Amino acid sequence: MTADLGSVPPLTAPRKLRRFTVAERILDTGLRVLVVRRTAVPLVELRLRVPFSGRAASHSAKASVLSDTLLSGTYERSAVDVAIAVQEVGGSLNVGTDSDRLLVSGNALATGLPRLLEVLAEVLTAAAYPADEVAGERDRLLERLRMARSQPGVIAREALLHRMYGDHPYAREIPESEAVAGVTPAQLRSLHRSRMLPAGSTLVLVGDVSPQRALDRVEAALSGWDSVGRAQTTPRLPRIEPGPVVLVDRPEAVQSNIRVGGPAARRDDVEYPAMQLANLVFAGYFSSRLVENLREEKGYTYSPHCTIDHSTAGSVLDLEADVATGVTAPALLEIRYELGRIATLPVGPDELDNARQYAIGTLALSTSTQAGLASTLTALLASGLGPDWLREHPVRLGAVTVDDVQRQAARFLAPSRLVTVVVGDAAAVRPALSTLDEVSAG
Amino acid sequence: MPATAVKIPSPSYLVERTTLANGVRVVVAPDRGAPVIAVAVYYDVGIRSEPRGRTGFAHLFEHLMFQGSATLEKLAHFRYVQASGGIFNGSTHLDYTNYFETLPSNALERALFLEGDRMRSPRITEESLANQIAVVEEEIRVNVLNRPYGNFPWLSLPPVMFDTFPNAHNGYGDFVDLESATVDDAASFFDRYYAPANAVLCVAGDLDVDETLAMVERHFGDIPAREAPARPDFPEPDLSAPRYAREVDPLAPTPAVALAWRVPDPLADLAAYLPYVVLAEVLTDGDASRLRKRMVQGDRIVTSLSGYLGFMGDAFDVRDPTALLLQAHHPTAVGVDRVIGAIDEELRRLADGGLDRGELARVKARIAAHLLRQVEPVLGRTLMMATMEQQRGRAELAGELPALIAAVAESDVVTAAAQLTPERRAVLELAPGAGA
Repeated sequence: MTADLGSVPPLTAPRKLRRFTVAERILDTGLRVLVVRRTAVPLVELRLRVPFSGRAASHSAKASVLSDTLLSGTYERSAVDVAIAVQEVGGSLNVGTDSDRLLVSGNALATGLPRLLEVLAEVLTAAAYPADEVAGERDRLLERLRMARSQPGVIAREALLHRMYGDHPYAREIPESEAVAGVTPAQLRSLHRSRMLPAGSTLVLVGDVSPQRALDRVEAALSGWDSVGRAQTTPRLPRIEPGPVVLVDRPEAVQSNIRVGGPAARRDDVEYPAMQLANLVFAGYFSSRLVENLREEKGYTYSPHCTIDHSTAGSVLDLEADVATGVTAPALLEIRYELGRIATLPVGPDELDNARQYAIGTLALSTSTQAGLASTLTALLASGLGPDWLREHPVRLGAVTVDDVQRQAARFLAPSRLVTVVVGDAAAVRPALSTLDEVSAG
Repeated sequence: MPATAVKIPSPSYLVERTTLANGVRVVVAPDRGAPVIAVAVYYDVGIRSEPRGRTGFAHLFEHLMFQGSATLEKLAHFRYVQASGGIFNGSTHLDYTNYFETLPSNALERALFLEGDRMRSPRITEESLANQIAVVEEEIRVNVLNRPYGNFPWLSLPPVMFDTFPNAHNGYGDFVDLESATVDDAASFFDRYYAPANAVLCVAGDLDVDETLAMVERHFGDIPAREAPARPDFPEPDLSAPRYAREVDPLAPTPAVALAWRVPDPLADLAAYLPYVVLAEVLTDGDASRLRKRMVQGDRIVTSLSGYLGFMGDAFDVRDPTALLLQAHHPTAVGVDRVIGAIDEELRRLADGGLDRGELARVKARIAAHLLRQVEPVLGRTLMMATMEQQRGRAELAGELPALIAAVAESDVVTAAAQLTPERRAVLELAPGAGA
């Protein structure tokens, strides 16, 4: 920073984060339950994560329809009655899937926790998948997929996943419409029986609740969810081989969606803190090099950014920049320049310190709410880490040196190791892109 | 399970307020729960105040407020915030423009300095203007021009419902207008609308009130006073006949429709307005709501459905004139008349038959939980307090809304439903222009 520091007030001594206590219990069924008391508002947040990966080509289609119909009625209650029961306590429940898991997210007035757990238990043990409801949700999903696949961001996401993962299940994160159309209620009931398992699943509650009583309530409500089976493991990720820029044609598009991907350090890797900071300096936050270059100097794009996504089978780098069609090749050139620069030259000590403070501060911010803490704890458990990580990670970030960042940047941000996908008006952007790299049609 | 109504909690927040000599209205709300603070500055100017020929200017100007000041060079503002462990943003709305950051509490004075600094003297140059025009154009491309349904209905429905430029025009801006903006335009816009007396400063979180007020005086007190502009009203009469428009979205693969009705003035008559807030949720919140039950699960004529107040989706940050909106996506095979017909039937059924037993209580409980969730983070609470202070002179409403919602009478919700007639309605039909 080169501004006159004399005029900018210094930071005062930081106040310590309040420690929080985690009450934990592993039920006889294998379900791992964590409860944290947070009383800022009289609400409670709930996250149930069930490992839900699958190797079959049709798995993501079945998992998506299952997720859309899990709340569509039980052997006791209709879909509307399930919704009424939750809404009566100011609650909501939502179900989503990705390639790794099924996630039930919910919240309610804190006094409504017993009701929320009662409904949750009922759908876990007695979801009926009524034929008529399944048909309705399946048709809606098909319509939504059609809309989704008209969004350039979704087109780019699918193209990048396909480029990185080939035949791996992760490439099928968004299900194929043909597969969705063939999903039957019997398949869903069978999938539920074999895969909706308490062992390996986690339930996190954060809110204005008494932890021990909440654990007792969970145990009482969910002990009947006792299906036994074995979750499928996710196959190893394929090695990501560099190659030509994949160009997906979207005729007359006024922007190009540039995506760059590659492997990244896992959250439990000792080098992860350095990798995280290298990525922040490069393009991981607004004060990064890429935002300064592409947006604030050149005006090529609104919001370029690079994130590290953590999946069960491995973590990945995901860079996104949506740029004006006319500057597609120059924008890619600058992206590769910034990748090359950080992979080969040390970052400045100020750059590192700024990124470090941002990483530490925003971790505290993101876990300062009930919902933020519940989601973060769920993600940590999925990575094989525990609540202690929230205390330990800032310490590790504090110890990262310029050399550490340089090593991780060379390992993960070198442009020669990454793959590039561009969605845009091929006729307009191909000639200039071809001057930078080999281009293949996607 | 018995349909017992739950008790609706309503938090009360301690609020201290003062007005500086130059007119800045200050709200300080201490909360020692977490070592986090938030600072927000709300200027009482938004999209509706843009002059003709300068569509999108309020938003473009918001970008310019991040481009440095007499003291700080370009890029410094967001680096100071982020390097202190915080996050920042700004946003432009119909009736106001806000700037805010949330940070660890040891950065409180720094945040106040940064906001005071740019209220005093933002640095607006030919270079930064040209750069941010380009950035805003990319923002519009990514959110509207390159995206199916991008303008639907927040930009495309107002010109159907309203006749006057302030209410009807495109707040993101026409590229011709954006590109003709000058540094002089920006200077006079700043001079007129960014006067200290046209701003509310809200500070909340882990702070000491007296220390904070001293800091506020230090960093805002010496900003020269300028007269606050008279805030114009933008009144339009209610619709006396239905309005209908159809637009083709060249990128959209499937159709959609949006309906809007004028609602009572949210500021002049909050008691008359709140039943519409409840009504929108009765109609569309969750699988037990009237329209989802009928149209999504029953008739299966729509694939998604939502209902809300305000064209930008916030019921409590707009002034009159505003609207209740319903929007739905439906399969191509389902005619739009069938979608609208089902909505009309359900509205009539509600107006004639009233609410079911327990229906109002559960909808209120859900709205309360939603409002509580919004004010739980220090930043969310700060933003809501700032809006409430600016528009209503009452930051405390951020905590009081759940209780006000709880007090809405069933008969008022039913009466509100009876007002949503075809005669008072503006409809926008979106036709898909993309190949199937």
